[in-house]
Amino acid sequence: MTAPVLVLVDHTVDGAVRAPVRELLTLSRELSGGAGVHAAWTVDGVEPSPEVVAELASLGATHVHRVVVDADPHLSAVLAEALASLLDATGAGLLLVVSSFENKEAAARLAISTGAGVVTDADGLALVDGRYVAAKTVFAGTWNTTCAVTAPLAIVALKPNSVQPSVVEGAPQAQIGEHVVAVSDKARRVTLVERTERPASGRPDLGSASVVVAGGRGTEGDFSVVEELADVLGAAVGATRVATDEGWIGHDAQIGQTGVTIAPRLYVGVGVSGAVHHRGGMQASGTIVAINSDPDAPIFEIADFGVVGDLFTVVPQAAAEIRRLKG
Amino acid sequence: MRSGAGGNVPRVRIVVCVKHVPDIQSERALGPDGRVVRDGGDGTLNELDENALEAALALVEAAGGSVVALTVGPDDAVDAVRRGLQMGAEDAVHVVDDAVAGSDVVGTARVLAAAIRHLDAQEHVDLVVLGMAGLDGLTSLLPTALAELLDLPALPLAAELTVDGSTVRVRRNLDHASEVLEATLPALVSVTDQANEPRYPNFKGIMAARKKPVATLTLADLEVDASRVGLLGARTEVLEAAARPPRENRVLVQDTGDAGVRLAAYLVDNQLV
Ligand SMILES: Cc1cc2nc3c(=O)[nH]c(=O)nc-3n(C[C@H](O)[C@H](O)[C@H](O)COP(=O)(O)OP(=O)(O)OC[C@H]3O[C@@H](n4cnc5c(N)ncnc54)[C@H](O)[C@@H]3O)c2cc1C
Ligand SMILES: Nc1ncnc2c1ncn2[C@@H]1O[C@H](COP(=O)(O)O)[C@@H](O)[C@H]1O
Repeated sequence: MTAPVLVLVDHTVDGAVRAPVRELLTLSRELSGGAGVHAAWTVDGVEPSPEVVAELASLGATHVHRVVVDADPHLSAVLAEALASLLDATGAGLLLVVSSFENKEAAARLAISTGAGVVTDADGLALVDGRYVAAKTVFAGTWNTTCAVTAPLAIVALKPNSVQPSVVEGAPQAQIGEHVVAVSDKARRVTLVERTERPASGRPDLGSASVVVAGGRGTEGDFSVVEELADVLGAAVGATRVATDEGWIGHDAQIGQTGVTIAPRLYVGVGVSGAVHHRGGMQASGTIVAINSDPDAPIFEIADFGVVGDLFTVVPQAAAEIRRLKG
Repeated sequence: MRSGAGGNVPRVRIVVCVKHVPDIQSERALGPDGRVVRDGGDGTLNELDENALEAALALVEAAGGSVVALTVGPDDAVDAVRRGLQMGAEDAVHVVDDAVAGSDVVGTARVLAAAIRHLDAQEHVDLVVLGMAGLDGLTSLLPTALAELLDLPALPLAAELTVDGSTVRVRRNLDHASEVLEATLPALVSVTDQANEPRYPNFKGIMAARKKPVATLTLADLEVDASRVGLLGARTEVLEAAARPPRENRVLVQDTGDAGVRLAAYLVDNQLV
């Protein structure tokens, strides 16, 4: 039993596909069992370029839908109605989205309007005996679970860095279609007064970066050491809530239960104590490195490589040595 | 505090949904049935629901009105609404029914929706306030699911919240953008930990809360079909749950002058650079 898969294509204001979408498409190739992979591009003033369509096809999309809605698709009620309409049109048995707050808002609405079973923050997904079975870690990364969707329609929000993306050599072209949606009056009751996209930082995106260096209170507001290490590692810069509350860095850099959830290959905590709220957003990382002057800091309970020392000497020394080793 | 109210505000009646969750500082576990173990006595009010209560109480203090704390959960969950009373809520409602056990988000949302309609029938509800997430399941699905069921405009993830007349306005910070949303009451909002600094209940509040009753409701009182909630109504099923094995081969070095060099070597050896 296989059914078409619908994939929501998150994209930037410049029309680039966000990296985690590549993972969704890679995963759906197998899950669709040849029944079709439908990529949904919501036209929010930005069109999918021919290069983007080719990229989506190379990742496995058989169809690319330009979803044209008569309201702002950034509103969750609008996005949910657009996706419901597309689920209908494609006959998809699975909707895959990147796990973000916005996408989860739409997923929750779809659970009510379509009867779908929803799994959020999944880090794996397989078809087992005709059911979608998702893997996810819970309780701040301390438990592994698997969860089956028992409803006919499944919606799964996948965390970035869960799947190794790959392209199909010689993939056929995707069929491009336009899907026009007229949303209900009730979806228009919220007004999006203002939406300000954050400018790109020149560094990898925190949520999907493969290496993250995070700074905490121990930096005393001097993030230059954190940035220097991030530069040599090609890493994204993250932070604890203390650092963002202090205004040392923007709130979008906050890692943790009320910030961004990350699972990079390498996480480096610099002057971070490892409070449970912070761990909830990073404990699923591949390798955890921590530099902290307090040998009793809780982060050392989960660190693969811990240094008890002063970050202001250890981190610059490490950065210089890495630079030297890399030549 | 960033939440507050502008001038010219009529009395508002606010329902705050609060959840009793295992303390995140405790050893949390899943049982053989894949459900959260909730009987360790380590339960507490979900921290983010303190932010929800604080936001509601601040609005009512500025504008006049009242706050009702509402929870759905087993016997222990009454602690969550009691905490709400201590912080300053006027009324507390606890929906408790064996049939609710094992509900997924849709089941919980159905029960909360029925309870809010029940309260609204008694006296008009202007605003429903929730936390941005339960720190147990951390799904953040409930707020918009509830809005969909109640047919209310939703303004989730408020880092700032204002009510001016009948207009509610929220600023929210997303991964790649920040937004300002606006709607007309009645509406539903969820708040983040950026919205405010929750108050601690004072002695007076604690004493006053002792005298306040908690109304208990069952599914029958709310005319909710038991087959649509609980395990019967769930659309997801936990198959396996296991505590993660601890990380192996962990190294802790004390800096004696060359820890930075050793750290670099570790990263290179493990092909992390
Ligand atoms: C509802 C709620 C939600 C929250 N959500 C989040 C969240 O999403 N993310 C988050 O991060 N936090 C969150 N928090 C806050 C969290 O509880 C902690 O307060 C926070 O993570 C601590 O940040 P920190 O590690 O930077 O600071 P601290 O805990 O103060 O740790 C600083 C560390 O730096 C070390 N240090 C100091 N100087 C040096 C030096 N020179 N060299 C080396 N080490 C040094 C110290 O030994 C210490 O361990 C939340 C809290 C609440 C109540
Ligand atoms: N059983 C419950 N009773 C009352 N409120 C709840 C319950 N479950 C969730 N909530 C509310 O929904 C918010 C988000 O929870 P969740 O979507 O489960 O992460 C919480 O912060 C609470 O405000």
